[in-house]
Amino acid sequence: MTAMSPIARGFHRRRQEPAENAGRVPPGQYVTKDFPVLSAGPTPHTALDRWSFSIGRSGRQKTWNWAEFRALPSQDVTVDIHCVTKWTKFDTAWQGVSVDTLLDLAGHDGPFAMAHCDGGYTTNLPVADLTGGKAWVAYAYDGQPLAPEHGGPARLLVPHLYFWKSAKWVRSLELRDTNDPGFWENYGYHIYGDPWREQRYAGD
Amino acid sequence: MAGTALRRRLTWQVAKVSAVTVETASVRTLTLDVPDWPGHQAGQHLDIRLTAEDGYVAERSYSIASAPGEPVAITVERLDDGEVSPYLTDELRAGDDLELRGPIGGYFVWEPEDGGPLLLLAGGSGIVPLRSILRHRERTGSTVPVRLLYSSRTLDDVIYQAELDQPARGVEVIHTLTRQQPPGWAGYARRADAALLAEVAWPADAMPLAYACGPTSFVEAVSQALVQSGHPPERVKTERFGATGGT
Repeated sequence: MTAMSPIARGFHRRRQEPAENAGRVPPGQYVTKDFPVLSAGPTPHTALDRWSFSIGRSGRQKTWNWAEFRALPSQDVTVDIHCVTKWTKFDTAWQGVSVDTLLDLAGHDGPFAMAHCDGGYTTNLPVADLTGGKAWVAYAYDGQPLAPEHGGPARLLVPHLYFWKSAKWVRSLELRDTNDPGFWENYGYHIYGDPWREQRYAGD
Repeated sequence: MAGTALRRRLTWQVAKVSAVTVETASVRTLTLDVPDWPGHQAGQHLDIRLTAEDGYVAERSYSIASAPGEPVAITVERLDDGEVSPYLTDELRAGDDLELRGPIGGYFVWEPEDGGPLLLLAGGSGIVPLRSILRHRERTGSTVPVRLLYSSRTLDDVIYQAELDQPARGVEVIHTLTRQQPPGWAGYARRADAALLAEVAWPADAMPLAYACGPTSFVEAVSQALVQSGHPPERVKTERFGATGGT
């Protein structure tokens, strides 16, 4: 595809990534040291005493309140993240509960999941992408409670997919038989969203 | 809203720059001749792809500045430490090729049937998609009342200044200049916050449809102020760009 791309004369790479980062930047992405914020509406502020997290089939979900959720075994993970708006950030450090842990407690029940969030945001994922040590419900970033604009009290963290799948303000993972599109997926973003295959938009 | 789903595959194509318009010292509008443009909605964006002679490729997203039905245009602010924007604002000339695909996004959009009143809140180059909405309103003959609050650093940083000085009927434009004001400036001279919105925004009981676009700090401030003063969150659409969001 790039063979047909016109050469932009006078355009040059401005930032050379160090050699040790070779292979860490997916196609079309650039590395940022900032942590940009992108969301479709106002940042919700849910009080912790009104917060809960649920997982499972609709109508028979396992639910934890904040204290119960924080008492679950957690993991510290350091991962690279990739936003569909083209930025990649290396070595982001999170603390959260592995979705494996949550599903072990609730029971695996369905091949797909829809994440539901405060503010009405949704996103869809295969359960296979939430298991096997690949996904967390994270409540701390860089050793601090996760800031509201970055998804606090808790957000989904699925770093191997574009970051819109790592839903901010997540409140439940609803297990389903069908891979129904979520919020951005309904607006033409890719149903799966693998940054290494540059699956930004439907049909990519 | 999900009914506006976009399922068509977005393919890269080569457009031609038909005009470069100087908006401010650091901002240019690029009008593009796109041979196979499927049409867009006011508020959508597109992706640009630049390929260097050595094969290096960079992609960025830019809001569409023109109304549906007008030639596609993007407005780009040069970020001095950026990689793509300096090329678009300083190197590109009328007649040059530019690879793009779009349109993208379907949430931060406005159609006349969405109604109003419209409360448009722009910080810096966040004005770009809101300008598309303003032009779309005018071209479709919509009469929904509009208030635009536009926050800029200085008067010289105001994009589309001449156009905004002659607003269409029913459109009020309110400027605030946060860093420096010209002598005799009678407008606002402070950051957009709850107090400023209490003076200029439609009250919550007018049920405006709000669109806020700009840097994260601006969008967080105005969207939180609206929600705290009783505006339903689902009537407040936001588009944020971080410090490096549009390089």
